[in-house]
Amino acid sequence: MSAGATRGGGVRDRGSRWRRRRRWSGSTSHGRLRVGIVGTGNIGTDLMLKVVRSPLLDCTLFVGRNLDSAGMRRAASLGVPVSDGRIDAIVQDPGRFDLVFDATSAQDATRHWAILSELGLPVIDLTPAKLGKLCIPALNLAECIGEPNLCMVTCGGQAAVPLAHCIVRTQPQVGYVEIVSTSAARSVGPATRVNIDEYLATTEAAVGRFCHVGRAKSILVVNPSNPPIKMQNTVFAKAEEVDMPALRAAVDEMVARIQAYVPGYRLVVPPIHENGRIAITVQVAGAGDYLPEYAGNLDIITCAAVAAAEESARAFRQEATVATHG
Amino acid sequence: MTQILISDPTLRDGNHAVAHQLDGEQIRAYAAAANAAGVPIVEVGHGNGLGASSLQVGEARLSDAEMLRIAREELTDVKLGAFAIPGFATMRRDLDMAIAAGSDVFRVGAHCTEADLTERHIGYLRDAGREVYGVLMMSHMAPPERLCEEALKMESYGAQGVIVMDSAGAFLTDDLRAKIAALVDATSIAIGFHGHNNLCLAVANSVAAVNEGATILDGTARGFGAGAGNTELEVLIAVLAELGHDTAIDLYKVLDAADLAERELVQQLPRTDSVGIVSGLAGVFSGYSKPVRRIAKDFGVDPRDVFFALGRREVIAGQEDVILEVATALRDAVERIGHNDTGGTFDGHAN
Repeated sequence: MSAGATRGGGVRDRGSRWRRRRRWSGSTSHGRLRVGIVGTGNIGTDLMLKVVRSPLLDCTLFVGRNLDSAGMRRAASLGVPVSDGRIDAIVQDPGRFDLVFDATSAQDATRHWAILSELGLPVIDLTPAKLGKLCIPALNLAECIGEPNLCMVTCGGQAAVPLAHCIVRTQPQVGYVEIVSTSAARSVGPATRVNIDEYLATTEAAVGRFCHVGRAKSILVVNPSNPPIKMQNTVFAKAEEVDMPALRAAVDEMVARIQAYVPGYRLVVPPIHENGRIAITVQVAGAGDYLPEYAGNLDIITCAAVAAAEESARAFRQEATVATHG
Repeated sequence: MTQILISDPTLRDGNHAVAHQLDGEQIRAYAAAANAAGVPIVEVGHGNGLGASSLQVGEARLSDAEMLRIAREELTDVKLGAFAIPGFATMRRDLDMAIAAGSDVFRVGAHCTEADLTERHIGYLRDAGREVYGVLMMSHMAPPERLCEEALKMESYGAQGVIVMDSAGAFLTDDLRAKIAALVDATSIAIGFHGHNNLCLAVANSVAAVNEGATILDGTARGFGAGAGNTELEVLIAVLAELGHDTAIDLYKVLDAADLAERELVQQLPRTDSVGIVSGLAGVFSGYSKPVRRIAKDFGVDPRDVFFALGRREVIAGQEDVILEVATALRDAVERIGHNDTGGTFDGHAN
């Protein structure tokens, strides 16, 4: 953890520079935050489609490596500016962006952040690189404003850590929490597959950060069945006794809070206690933006990233109002 | 006469049969017996491999490190094996530990259509100078062409062989023959077979695999393993000897090891009971056997209904949480219609 702490210190310094430098460029695109998206795979493309719909965000560039990829063609067909110039496309004209989403791989995102932080560009990172502040909108959206690098954890983390939080908050004796996420093979792209260890480590780190539980474990399963399964997440906790009414109330409230930004989030097995363990299962259906409804694993993280960016956009607007009238 | 490499996962797959509760003395005793018999590879660990001890698939009595350490002490003349499924096992937490514990041979497994999940782990272990095999789990679920594609990926990552696992005990012999033949033809590495006995075909399937060119076979003492059990090692060694194949294993001593296993490890000799037959027909991963039986009993539903519902959901290894979802839905359906005959048609989806 010491390496991470050192890196975090560096990030904070760059953040204050970013806040000084980038105040108010957000007003140049009809009051919308101008965002670049790096990475045109499953996650990047699904994100692009959600950004295009957002009243608060404007996708000023969709950046990848191959103009012939399915994601690039989709973006071009919607009139979104595209580039195959990789990160260089952002570096060449950083003034076009208030914010960059990174939807590449943990390895590339690490390299990109070294470059983008020097340019003072804030990043919302959808890879499990774990470079900046961990962000799960249902748990800490307000405290993420103004952060130079937000780590959107993982799809399983977005879906399950809030439920783990409900367990630990209502059952303080719990010392071990486990998260099992299963996604359809077709929705799990090559970068996610290569990053499977980072995925598990970042999900476990998020359980530690948000739930303050002694021990956590994360398991990822990729299921190829046809028709594809919807993304499913189960949270287990070891517990001999359970305050079930308190847990049920906390879970119901949390599910509603997540549904506000992830409409397809649904409780399929409400909290049960059996064999010395608590279990809760949720399913996530996607909005069908890029891949069909089964790919809720895309939506849970792209919706979270959009929610974080929109919150920043609102903060910018508020700050603009104060700056203009104050 | 063909040289057949035998790998013995009695102390890994067998852990499924006792809900991962093998203790140090059991591991020590069997490892010593297998060492004496000259079984070339003895695989040890939680039933689902490194890093798998969990509420999802069952917590093991001993840590992975402890199990490997004890076995290593006894395996003076043969190799220590470890199994790793990416998604459970990580490089830094689990593979590093197993390397340090002296594991000689690693098998890196993935569901039979998802070999690219093993790329980094296989490469990592090869870079560490270990002997590495890829494992295609639940191989009954994919056609030969797809298995070949996936095996070729594992070969390109550095795997020195690919093991076809009949994780559900669902393979019929002709289907297996076609797949092994295709794999032997398509790849330039060794091909192996790991059988389960739900349909009482494990030894026959192993022989068929050898006839099609497989050169690695798995077997466990008395078939001690998940579900209806594995290929019985001692029977396999005897049959291979009769067929003139060489395994370099001492027959009497492997029989002794099997007797010891029956005395010291096995709670109930593996056999294919009614639920086991349904499990095989439904094509459900053998590791589900114990949790399905327990949960079906606790929820008051028919384990056969649970297995057929899981089969229709096409669950793969590691999705044991779905058992709870299916059992909850079946119980609710039973309560709704007032009797417990769901006719094997209910899909077990929670709604």
